[in-house]
Amino acid sequence: MRILLVDDSKTMRNIQRAVLAQLGHTDILEAGDGQDALSKAPAFRPELMLVDWNMPNMDGLTFVKAWRAVNKTTPIIMVTTEAEKARVIEAIKAGVNNYVVKPFTPDLLSQRITETLAKCQQPATA
Amino acid sequence: MDPNYIKPFIASIQNVFSTMMQLEVQTLAPFLRQDNNPDLDVSGVIGMSGDVTGSVVLSFPQGTAENLVALFSGQKADMGSPEFADAIGELVNMVAGGAKAMFKNRKCSISTPSVIVGRNHRIAQQSDVPCIVIPCSTNCGAVHILIAIKSVDGQATNAGATPVAAKA
Repeated sequence: MRILLVDDSKTMRNIQRAVLAQLGHTDILEAGDGQDALSKAPAFRPELMLVDWNMPNMDGLTFVKAWRAVNKTTPIIMVTTEAEKARVIEAIKAGVNNYVVKPFTPDLLSQRITETLAKCQQPATA
Repeated sequence: MDPNYIKPFIASIQNVFSTMMQLEVQTLAPFLRQDNNPDLDVSGVIGMSGDVTGSVVLSFPQGTAENLVALFSGQKADMGSPEFADAIGELVNMVAGGAKAMFKNRKCSISTPSVIVGRNHRIAQQSDVPCIVIPCSTNCGAVHILIAIKSVDGQATNAGATPVAAKA
């Protein structure tokens, strides 16, 4: 499975990479901000994205809105320090499928990835 | 001093250090920063804007910072390296982000972090507003939280200052 990590912190991307490796995912591409992600995502065709909110150049919310304008289905998990309820609602409205607040344990991130993929792979019901 | 702005930072640093590094943080009595209080060797700075403005700084002695970076990122990093600054920046980002989520009826945004490295550097601040220092103790060494924020409407102000320059 192709997974795109979008976070301006290399440390955070490494932590996420380690969690994904434990789940058996190794086909991973990294982007340092929303703009970088927008330039890499079309060719990489990610099947899951983990996206930070606060980043330089282009923040995660702007990136999600831009990506959703061209792709409605890629599962997106926002992984961010933005914990206020209003922020979570804003992200869901923009097209985020799930939400993880930093700090997180590896178990929590792993659980959210698994449940997001399961939910997004279910056939749509009428 | 309004504890409504102090307690969130204590709760947040304890949560971040415990969740990401299984590290207990004990806080000592906060004090008002004086002009002659030196800063430490490494500082992560984050700005706040919106209903609450100012800045939050996590300052460390070199040894503490090196221990924390190794624990957080899983590998040692030289103090001057990008990896080192990145890890310190992410720690202060999580502490500030977690604290602002606990502010009641206050909406604010945080900046991307800046990291200052240099022995006994000093972060210059506005002189008309106080800065509260919360000394913390961990198994990795000492950490200081410098809180210099204020409400834009003047309510519930415990401290307020914005770093305007940094020098090593």
